[in-house]
Amino acid sequence: MAEYVIIGNGVAAAGCVEGIRSTDTRGNITVISAEKYPVYSRPLISYYLEGKTTLEKMNYRPEDFYEKNNVKLVYARAESIDRENGKVVLDNGKKLCYDKLCLCTGSSPFVPPFEGLDMVKKQFTFMTVDDTLALEKALTKKSRVLIVGAGLIGLKCAEGIAERVGEITVCDLADRVLSSIYDNDCAAVMQEHLEKHGIRFMLGDTAVKFDKNKACMKSGAEVGFDILVLAVGVRAGTGLAKDAGIEVNRGIVIGKDMSTSVPGIYAAGDCSEGYDSSIGANRVLAILPNAYMQGHAAGVNMAGGQADIKDAIPMNSIGFFGLHSVTAGSYPADAEIVEEKHPGSIRRLYIKDDRLAGYIIIGDVSRAGVYTSLVREKTPLGELDADRLRVAPSLALFGAAVRKKKLGGAV
Amino acid sequence: MKRVYVNEQWCLGCHLCEYNCAFANSGLNDMVKALKGKPIFPRVHIEEADGITYAVSCRHCKDPLCVKSCIAGAISIVDGTVKIDKEKCVGCLTCVLVCPYGAVAPGPTGAAQKCELCLENSCGAPACVTGCPNNAIVYEER
Repeated sequence: MAEYVIIGNGVAAAGCVEGIRSTDTRGNITVISAEKYPVYSRPLISYYLEGKTTLEKMNYRPEDFYEKNNVKLVYARAESIDRENGKVVLDNGKKLCYDKLCLCTGSSPFVPPFEGLDMVKKQFTFMTVDDTLALEKALTKKSRVLIVGAGLIGLKCAEGIAERVGEITVCDLADRVLSSIYDNDCAAVMQEHLEKHGIRFMLGDTAVKFDKNKACMKSGAEVGFDILVLAVGVRAGTGLAKDAGIEVNRGIVIGKDMSTSVPGIYAAGDCSEGYDSSIGANRVLAILPNAYMQGHAAGVNMAGGQADIKDAIPMNSIGFFGLHSVTAGSYPADAEIVEEKHPGSIRRLYIKDDRLAGYIIIGDVSRAGVYTSLVREKTPLGELDADRLRVAPSLALFGAAVRKKKLGGAV
Repeated sequence: MKRVYVNEQWCLGCHLCEYNCAFANSGLNDMVKALKGKPIFPRVHIEEADGITYAVSCRHCKDPLCVKSCIAGAISIVDGTVKIDKEKCVGCLTCVLVCPYGAVAPGPTGAAQKCELCLENSCGAPACVTGCPNNAIVYEER
C-alpha cells in the first residue's frame, strides 16, 4: 500500500488529500501540520475580526474530514527531508516514510530588518489564526494602528479592524493600493472608497525605522501608533525543499503535473511556482483557488492518475466596506483598454491579439465569471459579439450553438 | 442526474421563472407577500441576445470551479447538486469571479446564492420549470 505524506495542512493539502482519494481509496495518508488546527480558510481571518465569521465556521472542511478520508493528522513541524531513505524528519524526532511526498508549506510574512523593530511591543503579522487572535487581544477602541503594506493582506486587515480601533494609517512604498491586482486608475477608485471609510494612506512612503511607538518614514514624516501590523509581503515556504536539493526559484519549481525536480516529490499552493497561462511562464500564484486545484492535481498524480493544470491565471475577488471588486489575467502595457467609469466604480478590459488578456472591475461584478472564462480559455474575441463584450458579461456574447452546449447539455 | 436545461427557441422572455424562483426560495406561502413591492433575488435570470431570450441558472457542473475556488469551503457537491452553505459564506464572491455561466450572485444577506434545484424548499423540484408556460426550461436527464 502506498505511503503518502503531505507537509502542510492548508487548502493545498486538503486538495491533495481529496485528489489522492479520488484515485486511491486505500493508501495511507499522513498530513503534517505545524499549526495546531484542522485545515481552516486562511483568507477568512479578516472576516473573523469583522465579526462576519467564527473560528468554527472558518474550518475549511467538516469535522470528520480526516477520519472520512482515512488521514492521519500529525501536529508537528517537518525539519528535513531525507531523500535517500524516503523519510521526512519531524521536530519531535520521529521519522515518516513516504513513497510520494507533497510539499504544501505555504508562505510566511516577510519582515524586513527595520531598525528599532525589536523595541516595538505590539507588533503583529497577519497570516494565521494565531496572528489574528494575538492582534485581536491588543485592539482597543482608541488604538492607533499603523499597517505597513497596502496589499491584499494589509487592507483586508484594515477593513477587519476598522470598527474596533481609533484610527488606521496604511503606508506602502508603492504609489498605489493593491498594486498586485490594480492598475493606477483602478487603484485610485478603491483608495478613495477606503479613505471614505476612515483609512488614511501614506503611499510612495514607508517606515524605515521605529522608535518604540513612533515610525520614522522615508519621507521624514513621523507616525505615532499603538499597534503595528507588518504586511509588507510574503515569501514562499521553500526552505525544506531547498535543503533537500529540490529546484527552487521564488517558489518550489513545479511542472504542469505539480512534480518538482525530484521524482516522487510534488508541491502545491503558495509555496510553489507553477505555470501561469496568462504570461506563459512559471510564477508563484498565491491565491486560494490555485492552491486547491494544484493540491488536487498533485494528489491525483501522486496516486497514479493523471492531472495537468495548463490554464491557471491570477484572479482575485475582493471587497472593502461593501464595494466589490474582481480582477483576472494580466494587463499588458500594449493592450487596448476598454473602459467604463462612473463615480465610485470602474471596469477595464485589457484586450490584446484578439483575446481578453485581463480585466478589472470595481463595482458591479455581476456575471464577471464569463469574462474570467474568456481569459482562462483564451477565447478568440472574433468569435464573439464584440460590441456586447464591451458592455457587460453574459452568455449573450456567444452564438446560439455555443450557448446550446452550455445551457442544453451536461457540463 | 436530472438537471435544468434550456430550450431557448421556446423562451418567451416572460420572466415568470425568476418570480417563481424567488417565491419558492422565500420560505413564504403567499406569493404576493413574498414578492410584491420587494427587491427579489431569483437564482435564475433571463438574458437576451438579438431578440432571443433564455434562462440561465446553475449548471451543476461535474467538476465545478466554484467548489474548488470557494475561499470559505462553503460550496460542496451533495449527490451531484452543487450547494452553498450560506452560514459559512462570507460573501467574498470568488464564486462569481469563476463561474463561467454567470449563474452565481449575492442574495439578500450578501451571501452568495444560486439554483439548488428546489430540492430543499417546499417545491421539491425546480419551480422555474414547473411554472414555465412554454417548456423553455426542462428538468431531465441528458
